[in-house]
Amino acid sequence: MSTSTMPALELDGLRKSFGKTEIIRGVDLAIGRGERHAIIGPNGAGKSTLFNLITGRFPNSGGHIRLHGNDLAGRQPFEINRMGLSRSFQITNIFPKMTVFENVRCSLLWTKGYKYSFWHMVSRSRDLTQAAEAILEQINLTARRDLPAGVLSYAEQRALEIGITIAGGADVIMLDEPTAGMSHSETDYIVELIRKVTVGKTLIMVEHDMGVVFGLADRISVLVYGEIIATGKPEDVRSDAKVQEAYLGAALEADH
Amino acid sequence: MSDISQSAMKLPGITAANAAPWLIATLFLLVLPFIFSANSAITIMNQMAITIIFALAYNMLLGQGGMLSFGHAVYLGAGGFMCMHIMNYVEDYSLPLPLPLLPLFGGIFGLGLATIVGAFSTRSAGTVFAMISLGIGELLAACSIIIVAFFGGEEGIPGDRTYGLPFFGVEFLQQIEVYYLIIFWLVLSALLMFLFSRTPAGRMANAVRDNPERAEFLGYSARRVRYISFCASGFFAGIAGGLLAINLEILTGEDLGLLLSGEILLITFLGGVGFFFGPIIGAIVFTLLKTVLGLETELWQLYVGALFVATVMYFPGGFAGVLMMHAPSAKLGKLKLLVVPYIKTLVPAFFAVMGAAGFFEIMFHMRHAAVGEEEMTIFWTTFNSHSVLPTAVTIGVTVVGFWLAKRSAPDMAAAWHASITPNKPAGASAGERPADSQAQGGGS
Repeated sequence: MSTSTMPALELDGLRKSFGKTEIIRGVDLAIGRGERHAIIGPNGAGKSTLFNLITGRFPNSGGHIRLHGNDLAGRQPFEINRMGLSRSFQITNIFPKMTVFENVRCSLLWTKGYKYSFWHMVSRSRDLTQAAEAILEQINLTARRDLPAGVLSYAEQRALEIGITIAGGADVIMLDEPTAGMSHSETDYIVELIRKVTVGKTLIMVEHDMGVVFGLADRISVLVYGEIIATGKPEDVRSDAKVQEAYLGAALEADH
Repeated sequence: MSDISQSAMKLPGITAANAAPWLIATLFLLVLPFIFSANSAITIMNQMAITIIFALAYNMLLGQGGMLSFGHAVYLGAGGFMCMHIMNYVEDYSLPLPLPLLPLFGGIFGLGLATIVGAFSTRSAGTVFAMISLGIGELLAACSIIIVAFFGGEEGIPGDRTYGLPFFGVEFLQQIEVYYLIIFWLVLSALLMFLFSRTPAGRMANAVRDNPERAEFLGYSARRVRYISFCASGFFAGIAGGLLAINLEILTGEDLGLLLSGEILLITFLGGVGFFFGPIIGAIVFTLLKTVLGLETELWQLYVGALFVATVMYFPGGFAGVLMMHAPSAKLGKLKLLVVPYIKTLVPAFFAVMGAAGFFEIMFHMRHAAVGEEEMTIFWTTFNSHSVLPTAVTIGVTVVGFWLAKRSAPDMAAAWHASITPNKPAGASAGERPADSQAQGGGS
């Protein structure tokens, strides 16, 4: 139980510059185990960059990222994934030519221990098939099992992406704008899905839809111009004067 | 298929259904020499079988792994030359290595070279990979001239496949004996390559091809996945090389050159990279064109080139893609809907193509035949290639054929769409009838 006090993910003075432009300007953040944490902020605040730094897509320019206490410096995305961190993307990122079932099965292969094996037949593993079907059941895509993923509707593709993200059993799940571009009913569907599949896991999400954020998150961080100006419980963040000035007010205006 | 009912209990193993194509193909290969028993036919079939192995190996890169290589003949050549040397060495020292095992050593050598080259070339797919493959291809082609001890310079390296003791009474003097040796390795290699595509490494090769970044975020190093496919492909290309050494008994720099590398790309693409059996069709068609058409006309490469361009432009799925377009129609039992529209378009198209070919042949004859020799024979007709009429006829046939084909093409497309639309019998026949009457009206 002593490890439970250690944050699942810890950012320590994290910086990132592209040329002379500093996009992330010293971010400190600790996200506890099992927490649902949302990162919000205006466009261009650096939310997606932050995601890309944490998941190893870009190297950082300064500071540290620690996953369960292990520094992620210099690690490739696939290594970070093997350490138990999985992510989705702002733009749907699946295997469009493969079937829905195969998409999920591929995302299970590593954690099921198949690695780069060329002496197992994937179709002969009952364990693999059942696990993939269980995920399909969870994301309500069982009926779409044998369709190429590319022909699914947008919301279904997003659901599939979440399925791929959670399938490997990672305990830290990062979702980049999971409800972007969705109708209200689709959003409700995805939010329920996220709630269901991230039980007992650490969730970090970037999201624009305030309804989703305030409904789902345990804590919220507000990122503005590469810095976190507030972190706390939804109601505290909502009433924070700085946040209202920097973001929520503007967002409310933009809604009109 | 029938297993859409998603019961987790039913796992596809080795069933009669998925073993059948393999058994039928094997049986067919076994009896093929009885149908085409001429020596020349067997020579063509040997060449074809080796090309099939090579094309399947190449498609592990291109089709399954999304790696475009311009220098894959290198691995075939490496395996082939190694086998040639082993053959000569074994003969000199009378070692007990039976000939049928030799291609395995070709495979090992192809694999060895692929392990070295792949270690740096598979870092990325795309342009970088393609350029490295081209560079290595050029490098080895240059080496084949420089390093005479291994590649034999311009004369190449000859060998004698009958070196050893008879293998269970078979001396491999006859082409037919070599044929059975080749198809043994063909069936074995094809089966292993097919099974590879069903393993985690094979499935992830597809995943990395489609979306390398996503694969990385699933715990897989895209580079490592490519590397494994690359090595496997090198292995099977090496086996093809070993068989080539046995079949030809002499290898030269051409057998690892850029021309052969380009040819295998063309073959694989022509056959279709999207399906496992695509390269098989490509290899068969190309070998036939090269040998049969190559005997008929010096311009065969022009026609193959035109076919390739047409395939890239209009049927990127290759022959296999065109065949599989009809799978839904066959499943719905609506293939017969297509017969009449296909005849209406494809017969004029055929004449257009033949007309164009005739035109090119006449032009070629006019420019390149010896002075004074004006007679030529094509399509069983002898005429003076310098007179205007034959040229006019070929142009006329081409234009009219093309026009007719173009006119009926929309009907053909409509018929195809009707044939893949399930179950609305009234709608389908309604869609078919106006197309029919329209064509008849135009014809009268």
